[in-house]
Amino acid sequence: MSDMRERAGGYEPSARQRERDAIRRRAARRSTVTAFASTVVVTAVVVLAVVNTPGWPRVRKSFLDWDVAVASLPKVLEGLWLNVRVLVVAAVVIFFFALVLAICRTLRGPVFFPLRAAATAYVDLFRGLPLLLVLLVVGFGIPGLRIPWMTTSPVWLGGLAIVLTYSAYVAEVFRAGIESVHPSQVAAARSLGLSRAQATRHVVLPQAVRRVVPPLLNDLVALSKDSGLISILGAYDAIRAAQVVTSQHANFTPYIVAGFLFILLTIPLTRFTDAFARRSGWLGAQSGLAGGGALR
Amino acid sequence: MSGTSERPGTGTGSDDGAPEPLLRVRGVRKAFGDNVVLDGIDLDVRPHQVIALIGASGSGKSTLLRTIDLLEEVDDGDIWLDGLDICDPRVDANAVRARMGMVFQSFNLFGHLRVLENVALAQRLVHGVARAEADERALAMLERVGLADKARSFPDELSGGQQQRVAIARALVSSPRLLLLDEVTSALDPELVGEVLDLLTELRAEGHTMLIATHEMAFARDVADEVCFLHHGRIHEQGPAAQVLTDPQQPRTREFLRRMLPR
Repeated sequence: MSDMRERAGGYEPSARQRERDAIRRRAARRSTVTAFASTVVVTAVVVLAVVNTPGWPRVRKSFLDWDVAVASLPKVLEGLWLNVRVLVVAAVVIFFFALVLAICRTLRGPVFFPLRAAATAYVDLFRGLPLLLVLLVVGFGIPGLRIPWMTTSPVWLGGLAIVLTYSAYVAEVFRAGIESVHPSQVAAARSLGLSRAQATRHVVLPQAVRRVVPPLLNDLVALSKDSGLISILGAYDAIRAAQVVTSQHANFTPYIVAGFLFILLTIPLTRFTDAFARRSGWLGAQSGLAGGGALR
Repeated sequence: MSGTSERPGTGTGSDDGAPEPLLRVRGVRKAFGDNVVLDGIDLDVRPHQVIALIGASGSGKSTLLRTIDLLEEVDDGDIWLDGLDICDPRVDANAVRARMGMVFQSFNLFGHLRVLENVALAQRLVHGVARAEADERALAMLERVGLADKARSFPDELSGGQQQRVAIARALVSSPRLLLLDEVTSALDPELVGEVLDLLTELRAEGHTMLIATHEMAFARDVADEVCFLHHGRIHEQGPAAQVLTDPQQPRTREFLRRMLPR
């Protein structure tokens, strides 16, 4: 920073400014050292505390067995592939279904009352129901109806339950985005002769969706983990695979392996979410924190 | 759609050579709750005429422009555009709006679209022009307002004055019968006001019909044929710009101008 200033137009910073820069550099060095030391100390304390518990040797044997981990990895990975596929398909379906729900909720005029009421009731219902309950009702209830053409696959039914619940949440995210687009944008579109539908399609929705991308990615991260819940219906996903290997070896390590793989799956997603939220300049979002870091 | 309704009035224009009004406003009322914003407005705008609406904030200038552009519904009264009663609920409001151009105080450009797309959007969606042709027309209009080099930029990369010129291009590209301008320089830094007012002066010279709500008294005097003074939703005084601004007849106009033009 100060180097750049010296070079710019041959400008030489004053003695006072050089002193300030030196103080800041010392402070920055000190914070790096402090952060490193405290990380080492905290980690050591936690590790020592756990390792010195009376049951640690047994826990280590039953949860952290390297041989069991290696043996379970192929099966758990295979199960994770199912999670990934469920995640992708569910995410796409949720995106469009939730968008439709959100549009229905924001429709004006008496003609649309039934649509608006139905969408509102849907969101109220599925936001209130625990996902686990929806999974059980859909997963065991629908096959119970014995509809000839209806699938009994736990993967599809589990995916359906996830879509039903998540769409309610995501619809509310979209609705917040739609309502955050200033009415003056609609006025400008209508003044050009665009119909209400054209203004929604070409002016409101593109801006609304861009604005809610960070919260949507957050829901995607949650969805990637909740895709594991289909295992309770018997779908052979990562958690189910871990469960099977666990009973074969009488050892819980496969669960740790599955958890590790889920973290590997979500970390890129969360990092991408953060990066995306940060470079929101082109979103037209107010970069209210710009320069905030320089304040003491 | 046009020309089916009877023309209002009895053709008074032909005798003294003045053309029929392009826009005729009669007895327009508009209230928001208990707040009466327009309290019986009568106004004629003839082709190629430039009329400035002046008056304090809240006097009803913006609401009048918005009711004319059918962005607000009137509570009572009539508005004719080219002889068509546009307050009739059976009239296609989108088609009526497409024949007028509106420019807003805060530009209201579409932030997710590039400058060129902002100008071309209504050409494609409303006027059914193919994309290539729409882009060509939009680019020509950007050239006209001196911003062809900004076609690929996003609105928030432009200065306020440039954004407002894009908004004017967006309103102009559909060859509107009437331009409605709502305090188009009020959100601009003082040094940017000039470029927008210069453009409007050129548009006047090209014969555009304009209804302009403004706080720029010098601009109103130089560019407007007539000035209307609004106060609490009524037109208190209307006449040639120079006369209303330098020799107002009504006490309310005098008081308003004294506050606007401190000597």
